Amino acid sequence: MAKILMKGNEAIGAAAIKAGCKYFFGYPITPQNEVPEYMSRELPKNGGVFLQAESEVAAINMVYGASGCGARVMTSSSSPGIALKQEGITYIAGAELPCVIVNIVRGGPGLGGIQPAQSDYNQVTRGGGNGDYKLLVLAPANLQEMVDLMQEAFDAADYYRNPVMLVGDGMIGQMMEPVEFREIKTKYTLSEKTWATTGTKGQRPHNIINSLFLDPAQLEEHNHKLQKKYDDMKANEVRYESVGVEDADIVLVAYGTTSRIVRNAIATLKEEGIKAGIIRPISLWPFPMAAFDAIPETCKAIVSVEMSMGQMIDDIKIASNGRWAVDFYGRSGGMIPTPDGIVAKVKEIMGGVK
Amino acid sequence: MAVVFQKTKGLLDNQTHYCPGCTHGIIHRLVAEVLEELDVLGDTIAVAPVGCSTLAYDYFNMDIHQAAHGRAPAVATGIKRVQPDKVVFTYQGDGDLASIGTAEIIHAAHRGEKITTIFVNNAIYGMTGGQMAPTTLIGQRATTAPLGRTVEHSGMPLKVSEMLATINGAAFVERVSVDSPANIRKAKKAIKEAFECQIARKGFSIVEVLSTCPTNWGLTPIDAIKWLQDNMIPYYPIGNLRRPEEV
Ligand SMILES: Cc1ncc(C[n+]2csc(CCOP(=O)(O)OP(=O)(O)O)c2C)c(N)n1
Ligand code: SF4
Ligand SMILES: [Mg+2]
Repeated sequence: MAKILMKGNEAIGAAAIKAGCKYFFGYPITPQNEVPEYMSRELPKNGGVFLQAESEVAAINMVYGASGCGARVMTSSSSPGIALKQEGITYIAGAELPCVIVNIVRGGPGLGGIQPAQSDYNQVTRGGGNGDYKLLVLAPANLQEMVDLMQEAFDAADYYRNPVMLVGDGMIGQMMEPVEFREIKTKYTLSEKTWATTGTKGQRPHNIINSLFLDPAQLEEHNHKLQKKYDDMKANEVRYESVGVEDADIVLVAYGTTSRIVRNAIATLKEEGIKAGIIRPISLWPFPMAAFDAIPETCKAIVSVEMSMGQMIDDIKIASNGRWAVDFYGRSGGMIPTPDGIVAKVKEIMGGVK
Repeated sequence: MAVVFQKTKGLLDNQTHYCPGCTHGIIHRLVAEVLEELDVLGDTIAVAPVGCSTLAYDYFNMDIHQAAHGRAPAVATGIKRVQPDKVVFTYQGDGDLASIGTAEIIHAAHRGEKITTIFVNNAIYGMTGGQMAPTTLIGQRATTAPLGRTVEHSGMPLKVSEMLATINGAAFVERVSVDSPANIRKAKKAIKEAFECQIARKGFSIVEVLSTCPTNWGLTPIDAIKWLQDNMIPYYPIGNLRRPEEV
């Protein structure tokens, strides 16, 4: 199929429908409004249902119900809306149901702003909901990757029976890029959803969708079962890109659109004789810990570059395990890091540790 | 010998955890009998709330989805939009529906969602041990209203059915009580009409059932029934508030 020029949020909708999404429940919030708008237009044409809920709380609980009957269902929102969805997300994870949640991140805290940000890193990787649960969290750097990951997101959600979150900053939602909707062969073997609440027809015992376990021993057992699933994700779902780290003087870690700015900075640094590598996590959870093992001992520092105030540093420190100094460069509130700013920071670090 | 009475197929054989004299059990039975009579047990998906009836999923013999506190109407909406030909109902207490879940119930009604809600009003938070609900009566004691509810502090008890009856999408609204055999029969009739309304796709339907909580009211089962008759029915009058022209 030929490439077509699309706005990010619309490409998200188109990719979801292509991935078999039939149901969408959402609530308006900038900068993701074109996703529900697109779905309201296109889903009915594709035999699906779009419904604007009364709140993000209701929207995620509609997703919970729809997913319980075996449907491919998604919702999208932006940071404060995702905060409201956390209750539903932990129920969905606890009841082991699949769904896809798109978060087009804007600045915070509170009402924050409406410009691009990455300040939901902790919200999406640590979860804002209660209990021991994890989401598979994928953060594409461009629209093509967003489109490609959408199919994987729905398949992985079904395979693991777990919510999958796609995270883009406001830029991913708003910018226009050429995208190609290509056939992606699924790597997952998907089984029939025999657990779904589709009515017993009097032919089988009733199915129950539930996250309550009043018996502590049973709840512990349930948590062990969930943990095993998260371990499987850690083993099989790590995604990242790594360039020039093997002989790097310094390694920059950045995800999403920030990684594209970092690449510009790396090119400039190269001209000035500084070898900077990049690790770009695509899966924010599971975090690509092993990617750091390729970094040489001689590397001076690892720098987290973010559109937030240093939320990814903890994961980088865990991955570094004391082997390298860890530093930070970030802008926030909707301010975008510039290549010049990143270059200046790197030079400062390189000067400092020489 | 001819069978004159049988337990409904809509309920499983599991023993319920409800307190002696609690009327949740009667209401379960009425719902189950109605669904059996309508021959839709195999095509029904129930949504259980958070409250004493959370464990309804162990009692109803049909597919069932447990929801977060107050969110049952949203969960039911998701289910119904995916499976418009199935019968979908929520079973909710007054804390669940009239407090934390007001947005969800109002908007389900407002959209004319083709679901049925069984709203069990016992004027108290049963499950958590007797705290005040929006439906707790003036002067009624609760663990968080130790001297009794006052208008000054907490306002007048919320009349949910009257409120929902003002919403166009709410096709069927009736308040019933399960305090006497005669009223139990009327309650069953209303529950049946509500489900028929859903099946005929007329809109949202709700039956508010005045129910007892002897445990948290601190009364014997018999005194609890009397308390309901003397205090709840005068403030929450039973009867139909809205029905479609022809059902
Ligand atoms: C988000 C959330 N808040 C509070 C609770 C605690 N809680 C459980 S049941 C309940 C009240 C239930 O009362 P009601 O809906 O009237 O049902 P009843 O037990 O009286 O039948 C509360 C507050 C909870 N489980 N979840
Ligand atoms: S606490 Fe009240 S509502 Fe709950 S089971 Fe006991 S009597 Fe019924
Ligand atoms: Mg109650």
